Amino acid sequence: MSLLAPAPAPSAIARERAAHRRRQTVRSVLVAAASTGLLGTLLVVAVTGSPGWDRVRQSFLDLEIARAALPDVLTGLWLNVRLLFFCALGALALGLVVALLRTLRGPVFFPVRALATGYTYVFRGLPLIIVLYVFTLGVPGLRLQGMPPVLVLGGCALVITYSGYLAEVFRAGIESVHPSQFAAGRSLGLTHRQTMRHVVLPQAARRVAPPLLNDVVALQKDVGLVSLAGPIDAVRAAQIQTAQHFNYTPYIVAGVLFVLLAIPLIAVTDWVTLRAARRQAGG
Amino acid sequence: MARRTVPVALGAATALLAALAGCAPQDVESTPAQASCEKASLTTKTPGKLTIGTDEPAYEPWFNDNKPENGEGFESAVAYAVAERLGYARTEVVWNRVKFENAIAPGPKDFDFDINQFSITEERKQAVDFSAPYYLVRQTVIALKSSKIAGKTTLADLSGAKLGAQVGTTSYQAITDVIKPGPQPQVFNTNDDAKKALQNGQIDGLVVDLPTAFYITGAELTDATIVGQVPQVGVPETFGLVLDKDSRLTGCVGAAVTQLREAGTLGELEKKWLAQAAGAPELT
Repeated sequence: MSLLAPAPAPSAIARERAAHRRRQTVRSVLVAAASTGLLGTLLVVAVTGSPGWDRVRQSFLDLEIARAALPDVLTGLWLNVRLLFFCALGALALGLVVALLRTLRGPVFFPVRALATGYTYVFRGLPLIIVLYVFTLGVPGLRLQGMPPVLVLGGCALVITYSGYLAEVFRAGIESVHPSQFAAGRSLGLTHRQTMRHVVLPQAARRVAPPLLNDVVALQKDVGLVSLAGPIDAVRAAQIQTAQHFNYTPYIVAGVLFVLLAIPLIAVTDWVTLRAARRQAGG
Repeated sequence: MARRTVPVALGAATALLAALAGCAPQDVESTPAQASCEKASLTTKTPGKLTIGTDEPAYEPWFNDNKPENGEGFESAVAYAVAERLGYARTEVVWNRVKFENAIAPGPKDFDFDINQFSITEERKQAVDFSAPYYLVRQTVIALKSSKIAGKTTLADLSGAKLGAQVGTTSYQAITDVIKPGPQPQVFNTNDDAKKALQNGQIDGLVVDLPTAFYITGAELTDATIVGQVPQVGVPETFGLVLDKDSRLTGCVGAAVTQLREAGTLGELEKKWLAQAAGAPELT
């Protein structure tokens, strides 16, 4: 059969089936729209009908103040974005290293495994704010030559804390790859390192991409805590504006910007997950 | 019985209204004020004497050597200036030591007025009377003695400095609205964090209000020094003389303070005792 042969026309049954599916789709979209509309209306009525709504609207949703606060909050957000970029890369790299150390086999590596395990225990348990205080206000007190700026120190605190979480995610991914994969790699003559690099890690990373990105989204909200050492991030900028106007709208502005910032990250997560699922299914 | 409750309810309502009215600044005294502010007609604790309260110990630069009666230090000087305005000679002034908390607690007072860095607040006005403000708190830059901005005398000298302040304070406004340095100001949750950053050399200078500056440089960070006072900004905290609630002297003491301000006396005393004697020069 040549490849250029026209596809046979669909049978009557197939056409009927396709039409039925289209009708079903239209119906489900309509039903979804109606139920969403109903729920939205109920919510709007419940919120705007409440006795304190006017006061809440004035102090949280003031357009004038939102407009006035936006430039400063955006300037602060740029700091969040830069910090997020570098800290996410750093935490992913360090987390992967710690996870690999934890999965080393053989009695000779026991101290390394123990160290890596202790690391994940300690830094997942320690409140981030304490690590930040120690790094941003404690370390500079040493008065050493070539002390990095406070942003770098705060970034280190974030990387160290978050790599603890990410290491565990990576480890779960590595351990979820079936041992037969490793054995197969070794039987092909690959070294331990090559097997890890070309066989195990790609599968592991693909499997845990969603939880990894999930932690990155969480990191996005925590990078702002560096502001306790002086730098002005988006939330701090909103706080300053709030203190000036006695109005909480700037916080809402910052909140909306954070959600907007998270959307691309979350979309990437969903896309990666979907692609992985398709690949698995399609073979 | 039912009839009896009407006047009671009315009385309660009146008391409530009076209490609510206390929230608003009062121009009208509820008790008869002094008809005149002549010394002879003033009703003081001890007739012919003026009793002034302050805490023990009394700190510099407000008082010198914990001796309010020597007339040295800003608040001691202000107290004697007010006494003089009311017609009392220095020998007719009696000092009485009263704990800070007791002075602003409701209840009878052992002084005609008390001077002890009391900020005028609406909450305190419920319990005591305040005179017109005799001092508007100024924002002040402090730095380590080793800092590059120690000893600077003008605001322009601070243009390259990295300054810090606590979030949501007038001190932060002083940086952004008055000093306007090139580097972004650093903001901290508390003055304690800011002091740590100052100690570490992460900021060149820290902006706090003047009383705090005296406390930090005098007691907490002995290797820090006051660079200078910043011109007035925002809505400053104000210090007032404390009098008993509804005291008959409130009107006269308030008028005396207002006259001293208008005559420029308070400004001179501030310059003499805070800027010069206490080493907090004005940044111009």
